[in-house]
Amino acid sequence: MSEEHHRKTDRLARALGWGSLGLGVIQLTAPNAVARLSGVDDSPWARITVPLVGVRELSHAAVLLGSRRPAPWAWTRVAGDALDLTVLGCSVANRTGWRRRRAAAVTAAVVGITAVDLYTAVCGSRRTGRRVTLRAAITVNRPREDVYWYWHDLENLPRFMAHLESVRATGDGRSHWKVKGPAGRSVEWDAVIIDDRPGELIAWHSVEGSAVGNSGSVRFTDAPGGRGTEVWVDLNYDPPVGMAGVAFAKLFGEDPEQQVRDDLRRFKQVMETGEVVRSEGSPEGIRAIRQVMQRPAQPVM
Amino acid sequence: MKANCWMGRGTVEVQEVPDPKILNSRDAIIRITSTAICGSDLHLYQGFIPTMKKGDILGHEFMGEVVEVGPQVSNLQPGDRVVVPFPIACGNCSACQHGQYSVCENSNPNAGIAEKLMGHSPAGIFGYSHMFGGYAGGQAEYARVPFADVGPLKIEDDLPDEKVLFLSDILPTGWMGAEMCDIKPGDIIAVWGAGPVGQFAVASAFLQGAERVIAIDRFPYRLKKAERAGAETLDYEEVDVLDALRDMTAGRGPDACIDAVGIEAHHPAPAIYAYDRAKQAARIETDRPFALREAIRACRNGGIVSVIGAYGGLVDKFPMGALMNRSLTVRGAQCHVQRYLRPLLDRIRNGSIDPSFVISHRMRLDEAPRGYEMFRNKEDECLKVVLTP
Ligand SMILES: NC(=O)c1ccc[n+]([C@@H]2O[C@H](COP(=O)([O-])OP(=O)(O)OC[C@H]3O[C@@H](n4cnc5c(N)ncnc54)[C@H](O)[C@@H]3O)[C@@H](O)[C@H]2O)c1
Ligand SMILES: [Zn+2]
Ligand SMILES: [Zn+2]
Repeated sequence: MSEEHHRKTDRLARALGWGSLGLGVIQLTAPNAVARLSGVDDSPWARITVPLVGVRELSHAAVLLGSRRPAPWAWTRVAGDALDLTVLGCSVANRTGWRRRRAAAVTAAVVGITAVDLYTAVCGSRRTGRRVTLRAAITVNRPREDVYWYWHDLENLPRFMAHLESVRATGDGRSHWKVKGPAGRSVEWDAVIIDDRPGELIAWHSVEGSAVGNSGSVRFTDAPGGRGTEVWVDLNYDPPVGMAGVAFAKLFGEDPEQQVRDDLRRFKQVMETGEVVRSEGSPEGIRAIRQVMQRPAQPVM
Repeated sequence: MKANCWMGRGTVEVQEVPDPKILNSRDAIIRITSTAICGSDLHLYQGFIPTMKKGDILGHEFMGEVVEVGPQVSNLQPGDRVVVPFPIACGNCSACQHGQYSVCENSNPNAGIAEKLMGHSPAGIFGYSHMFGGYAGGQAEYARVPFADVGPLKIEDDLPDEKVLFLSDILPTGWMGAEMCDIKPGDIIAVWGAGPVGQFAVASAFLQGAERVIAIDRFPYRLKKAERAGAETLDYEEVDVLDALRDMTAGRGPDACIDAVGIEAHHPAPAIYAYDRAKQAARIETDRPFALREAIRACRNGGIVSVIGAYGGLVDKFPMGALMNRSLTVRGAQCHVQRYLRPLLDRIRNGSIDPSFVISHRMRLDEAPRGYEMFRNKEDECLKVVLTP
């Protein structure tokens, strides 16, 4: 689904949030008028129910207006709608005359609103299967050709990429990748280079049917004023176990954006100093977990 | 081997730990012959620099004899006597190539942690917390020195340890503190803090041509030392520093001000001290910037404030109005020690400065805990403690 579509859904969700806010305020400040309009002013319960519904509307407003990506929160409104429709249904069934007509009209309106809420919620949650996009860049104090050729030999990548166990070139622009996945499981796939411009760009994607669909590119440009080479990396992948997997990984400090930045930093260390720099706190040099779980700064046994 | 380890706020312990090993091909292992306690170590000791871990070996001012070198180190050999600069620097990145060694782009394996706190990461430093790399320090019998082909300075003549040890940190730091003042003929330089760093800032300001230097502290024995180097002195517990400086400079204010106090400044007014101390304890601000605030307010219009006192994170009530409206320039740095090693060694050799004058106590490495306590409490006229393993 396109970003544009996501933005539209979020706008809709936010509008619904404002709707909830308005309705909630009216229900709290003028409960009697609301009860009369809905034809339920004859019930002793209406005096309590209407303000309670008002409070609920305000909580919808809070999550919808307070979230950066509000669309999935429209589900809270869908749940509220279901409740309202049940109550309204009973009201219609139990009444006659003008009260019944009013209750029916309000019910019809709520059915319409429910449709909009449902649409927003469904569109909003479809993005959960979305590809993860990571971008990072670093400046390396070496000529562009050197930097390009080092990267071009894909078998070099595990030297600085913490999660890569190995990359094996299998000829014809193809390669076999092995990655340390979450919970110690490794994930493997084959990739193919789809664009290769010496000194400028390398782009690849995983072959059809890979366990983890992914693609990426690295661009090399001259940094201004003789500052070396700018390395721009773009990575896209389908998260191994859905968004939950990424959230899980984050819990352990393995924030993927940070990982790409750290990988690039080690790439720079290798290019500029010859190897990944080690300290007593992280003597392996390349274990990602060491950023959060340092050893004491004492020599290793 | 034995090493002095950080064991939590206010506690250091000399412990038996494994001997260091070569981890990178540009490493060297040094057998330490002299090592010192720095004001920066006090900040770690007191728990004001975040990301320390129990068991971290402290110490970033050390020298000794090379006992082993990695395969890529060709300029050093076992037996060489070297002084080791406290910032760890690769020599290859563009910061190093511009002489900005303390912001080397490659020497901090934990750059990610530092970035979160400071936006970008500075260089790694020996024994100075995990956000500065998690490197074992030099208050020990041996130390591993990364990028040994870049940092260590070979001492080829028979200058004793005590004359060259401070090339590792405080002499270049004081020198750079003065250098950042762009001293011109007639300039009056005020230095907050008459600790070892302040003492070298005073001496350096004179060597760089200052007309007058004014040292500010509250310990008479420290002020007396600065007087002996030619400085005028102010005891901030006796006088209002701002008024006094205005008087001494005929209303102009010092042309440049050096903060050689840092994060743990003290304030004579109990209420103001308590305000910042409480915020620091509650971790709302990490640093107590009294000297810095005063230096900014005291500086003449258009002058320079040079910050070599160490800060860790955030300060509060920063006199931004003074800084902006009065056209001040603030400069600061962990010292780019590597840049100054040779020129300062030459000055030591030709007798223009003898840094050993700051040493007040000599102890065995085993006595490090006592040394820390004395230095912190300024007991027994303690100015600088040198430890020998
Ligand atoms: N930038 C660097 O590269 C670098 C290198 C070494 C040390 N340092 C820092 O320099 C600072 C001084 O180090 P040191 O070894 O001299 O420590 P020190 O503790 O011996 O000296 C600090 C002095 O400041 C004085 N002081 C405290 N509050 C004051 C105030 N409000 N006004 C004036 N003086 C005040 C103290 O009485 C003390 O004499 C520390 O912050 C240290 O971390 C920085
Ligand atoms: Zn120091
Ligand atoms: Zn460097």
